[in-house]
Amino acid sequence: MPSPARRLLLSSGILVTLSFGAGFARAADTSFSEIEKGRYLATAGDCTACHTTSKGAYLSGGLPIKTPFGLIYSPNITPDRDTGIGNWSKDEFYNAIHHGVRPDGKRLYPAFPYPYFTKLTRDDVDAIYAYLKTVKAVSAKTQAPELTWPLNYRIVVRGWDWMFFKPGTYKANSAKSAEWNRGAYLVEGAAHCGACHTPKNIAGAAKTDEKLHGDRLQNWFAPNLASKGRASLAQWSVDDIVEYLQTGRNRHSGATGLMSEVVEKSTSKLSRDDLRAMAVYLKDITSQPAPLSPSTPDPSVMATGKRIFETSCAACHRKDGTGVPRMFPPLAKSALVHSRNPTTIIRMILKGARTAATNAAPTHSAMPAYDWKLSDDEIAAVATYVRNSWGNAAPSISPADVASLRKDLASRNQ
Amino acid sequence: MAEKLKSVDVVLVGFGWTAAMVGQELTDAGLSVLAIERGSWRDTATDFAVTFAQDELRYMWRRELFQEPARDTLTFRNDAGQTALPMRHLGSFLPGSGVGGAGVHWNGQTWRFLPSDFNVRSHNEQRYGPLPTDMTVQDWGITYDELEPYYDKFEYLCGIGGKAGNLRGQIQEGGNPFEGPRSREYPNPPMDMAYAPTLFGEAAKKLGLRPFPCPSANMTRAYTNPLGVTLAPCTYCGFCEKFGCGNNSKASPQTTILPVLMQKDNFELRTECEVLSVNRDHAGKQATGVTYIDTRGRTFEQPAQLVILCAYGLHNVRLLLLSGIGTPYDPKTNEGAVGKNYAYQIVSGVDVFFDDKVMNPFVGAGALGIGIDEYNGDNFDHSGQGFIGGGYIACWNTNGRPIEHHPTPEGTPKWGSKWKRAVAENYLTTASISTHGAVMSHRRNCLDLDPTYRDIHGRPLMRLTFDFTENEHRMSDYLTKRAADIARAMDPREIHAKTRAGRYSIVPYQTTHNTGGAIMGSDPKTSVVNKYLQSWDISNLFVMGAGAFPQNPGYNPTGTVGALTYWAVNAIKSQYLKNPGPLIPT
Repeated sequence: MPSPARRLLLSSGILVTLSFGAGFARAADTSFSEIEKGRYLATAGDCTACHTTSKGAYLSGGLPIKTPFGLIYSPNITPDRDTGIGNWSKDEFYNAIHHGVRPDGKRLYPAFPYPYFTKLTRDDVDAIYAYLKTVKAVSAKTQAPELTWPLNYRIVVRGWDWMFFKPGTYKANSAKSAEWNRGAYLVEGAAHCGACHTPKNIAGAAKTDEKLHGDRLQNWFAPNLASKGRASLAQWSVDDIVEYLQTGRNRHSGATGLMSEVVEKSTSKLSRDDLRAMAVYLKDITSQPAPLSPSTPDPSVMATGKRIFETSCAACHRKDGTGVPRMFPPLAKSALVHSRNPTTIIRMILKGARTAATNAAPTHSAMPAYDWKLSDDEIAAVATYVRNSWGNAAPSISPADVASLRKDLASRNQ
Repeated sequence: MAEKLKSVDVVLVGFGWTAAMVGQELTDAGLSVLAIERGSWRDTATDFAVTFAQDELRYMWRRELFQEPARDTLTFRNDAGQTALPMRHLGSFLPGSGVGGAGVHWNGQTWRFLPSDFNVRSHNEQRYGPLPTDMTVQDWGITYDELEPYYDKFEYLCGIGGKAGNLRGQIQEGGNPFEGPRSREYPNPPMDMAYAPTLFGEAAKKLGLRPFPCPSANMTRAYTNPLGVTLAPCTYCGFCEKFGCGNNSKASPQTTILPVLMQKDNFELRTECEVLSVNRDHAGKQATGVTYIDTRGRTFEQPAQLVILCAYGLHNVRLLLLSGIGTPYDPKTNEGAVGKNYAYQIVSGVDVFFDDKVMNPFVGAGALGIGIDEYNGDNFDHSGQGFIGGGYIACWNTNGRPIEHHPTPEGTPKWGSKWKRAVAENYLTTASISTHGAVMSHRRNCLDLDPTYRDIHGRPLMRLTFDFTENEHRMSDYLTKRAADIARAMDPREIHAKTRAGRYSIVPYQTTHNTGGAIMGSDPKTSVVNKYLQSWDISNLFVMGAGAFPQNPGYNPTGTVGALTYWAVNAIKSQYLKNPGPLIPT
């Protein structure tokens, strides 16, 4: 399954850069604690999501990524001198992370999340550099990207950077607690949550005034993470968010789709203190979306939906929508069910989903696919029923919505 | 020529319940463990999804989850005077194939044996005098008390729902007063009871019996086991036995162990690979590994320090015979041990017909029932009965599956409009009581290799020689009468007692409770493995499963298979690994 971070990765050439002149080895002046800190930050940044394939060596790249602009491959970031980043100096590495510029002076495509990583401190970037030096060097030449004109010219990125990218290390907000600031640093920086959860403008840059307000990608909807005001996650407590990021589930929901990989590979491995800090920060982001305006659903659609729900869904989600918390998510009062953008709801009924499995919660609970069994009308009816039962109230879902997603999923073979 | 592979610490043959348990424990101990399974990978979400799991035609009648007789089966005869013929369609029992084994399609009835079941010979001889000469029952070489902590461990792994009847010696109201002492209560409460078992329990009480809810591996609430794996509450859909559970509600390797085990770096599973033999060194004293074949017909030699047979009991016995390990049992001389004391279960039933009481049989679960244990084991005086042993009597609401379940009164035609009318009239208003009787081992009931028939790999099939003896028939008739007594006390319109008469037939389904053949004991001359399930002949070979039972008590075997497995693996971890060699000197 493609990772959320991969969405940003529009080019394969990003980090594979040959620096012909700078081939001297630096003396090892790193300590174990620095390497360990780097490993931890690389986990927080989920580097492996894009830079490791299921069959390839760790961080040796080569993941093929389909983009609207063509096919690209993630680069090798092991310390191999010829095909990885073994020849990069510490400064060159920092320059790539902080400014999005390669050692040869060429621009990285903003697919690499330098608009987020720029917030990292020099010390932290140096730690990641120290850690990457310890990874097994693997010779794996990255395949050239197959991008359409004019995106195959990196010079195009200069204009993008000028318009949308402001390099700068995270600046603490002195009005807030140290915990809040640590959370903000992680969410806005290494964890690059906005890469998926912040809406983008037409050029693919984050809309800064709608930070973490939710966005559709790869036929999922990355939900609005704001949890103050009328935002749908308002009912989640700090503890709920920590439990979700650590175990992949909580009393409200389970991590599926792209997020399940983020939890499995990244957040489940972060310290409880850091997860708590992230949660505290997220709880302080305000969103005041216009209230959902549900119209009263057609009674015959509701009757059909109820019949389907009770025969096909109630075994796990229970007749009253209360589910089996941490195993089969409750649907009553669920934030996901009330999502403004119903993509994820329809997709989960069509294709099913699997919950993240973590050390703390190893069970892969899963929802089966119904695309072979239920028609567009039936899926629309059951989704509408779920969105308007047990106290839920959200706009109906139309058979056309289902048909359109079904077609998209088929064409992308997802 | 078999390609020789890199050695592992432990190789497990088969990947059902016992292999999953052993794999989990020995990887925890730091060993590299490889499991080799002849069938394919199966998990709940993809293979038993709720969208299609309850397909009676596909799974029950077309036998999708079971061993395929066209690939591997056994031959059967009632006695040595007959020529055994291959079982070409599964009937009397349903061994599994694929990850999870028969642990995927079991009902979930999870019992402990009685303390006296473990010393059946000495106990009965002491109370009733000498047993018949050809009744080859043996003591197990282990006691209930030794096994208790491992019963407990298995029940907590599975999240068994039930009511203790004996807590550390104190008899508990509402539980089975005959059971051995438990160290603690069941992890989960009993199932919500259906109407038919409730009526049965009330009738049994009227007769002075002490009914109790049967122990169940169908979850009575959401449960997270000690490994951190979560199971969901049972929905009482009535598709347990012969089906995989789509709701993660029935304990199976998939729902209790595999989510943890499959993540481990020191565990590996190879599916669609069938072990052909256990290999030994030149002296024949140590196992060197196994040889297996994949689906492309390539053979591989897999070296290992420790070989543990975890296939279905019958397959373990056959693998020993095919590998030439141990002395095959000879019923003529009563010498040798491999294949000795094959036993089974003798079952009967009483249908109870009502006019006005609606049982809703489709509200079912594999282990949803009320039982009584007054007539099991030696819970009653057998003096003058002419048999030993017994069985439980229970009223289950396991299913109302449309093709399988159509009780009709005695005298109803087997087909046609009268049959249809009788089914329609009685489907909702019939209760069924079943008896679940022990089979005592007998000299002529045994397993060996068939001289004629071979499997797809050209290896001799197992030959099963089995019939019920007088002991079983007397015992089963006695149980059926007691069941009929309770049935009448339920105040029905009529009852239909279905006694188990005549010779054993391999055709109609009875139970998948095949036991013996690789029996445990304290004497190498009369048993295959010692009390730790370690081969007497080869100290780095262990044999799990119900093949170890020297005879088959009046309960379902899985609880005891689980307990024995944890018991044996504990001995491997705490004794064998520190000092490899025989755990019991010979």
